[in-house]
Amino acid sequence: MKLKDFIVTDAIVPQLAATDRDGALRELADALVHAEALPPSAVDAVVAALIKREQNGSTGFGKGVAVPHVKHPSVKRMAGTIGRSVTGIDFAALDHQPVFMVFLLLSPENQPQQHLQAMNIVFSNLQRDMFRRFLRQSPTREAIVDLLDEADQRP
Amino acid sequence: MSTASRDIIVSNSLGLHARPAMQFVDLANQFRSKVTVSKGGGEPYDADGKSVMQMIILAATQGTPLRICAEGDDADAAVEKLARLFQDKFGEE
Repeated sequence: MKLKDFIVTDAIVPQLAATDRDGALRELADALVHAEALPPSAVDAVVAALIKREQNGSTGFGKGVAVPHVKHPSVKRMAGTIGRSVTGIDFAALDHQPVFMVFLLLSPENQPQQHLQAMNIVFSNLQRDMFRRFLRQSPTREAIVDLLDEADQRP
Repeated sequence: MSTASRDIIVSNSLGLHARPAMQFVDLANQFRSKVTVSKGGGEPYDADGKSVMQMIILAATQGTPLRICAEGDDADAAVEKLARLFQDKFGEE
């Protein structure tokens, strides 16, 4: 599996307007709606589920990265997007540091293997210092898409 | 200094997703021993049992065999307790 198999590039937000966690989740979910990857009627329920998931345990796993994710019946096909924050967002991260990169992932129900594969590819890249550094320094959607293409070409 | 290891199979239906990975890391951090979780097969990977990111990279689905290794003065207790998480399906189902 590749990043671009599930990252909806039209929904990437290179500079999040939101400065808080719930606002960022809403902004990214709205971006998926605009890119027609999520039905407008589902967005409120999906955002509520994402917030609830964060309250049960932060997906801010450290190193300036958060990976909010949820399985939801309204999601027919796995869809993800990326938000980049210039100022940093408090995600109650495990290392207590602000989050500058948000990978949001929505999965259909009953496809746990696909979900694990997507998490695998996201974290394999986020583990790499260079990937995180370039992502933080990519000010436009085009620059982020280039970075994803590069990552996907790596064996 | 001692080492201990145990082979287990992921038995919960959702596999080693974020929540169980964090549960594992929280418990592993209660031990002084170094903890490693290894996956063999076509895409072998050795994860630091105290890193959530590395544990998620295992992408261990239901039925995946894993080996838990611990190295340190509390290695036996660590392996025993950590293997039990898998046996208990991380409280799922």
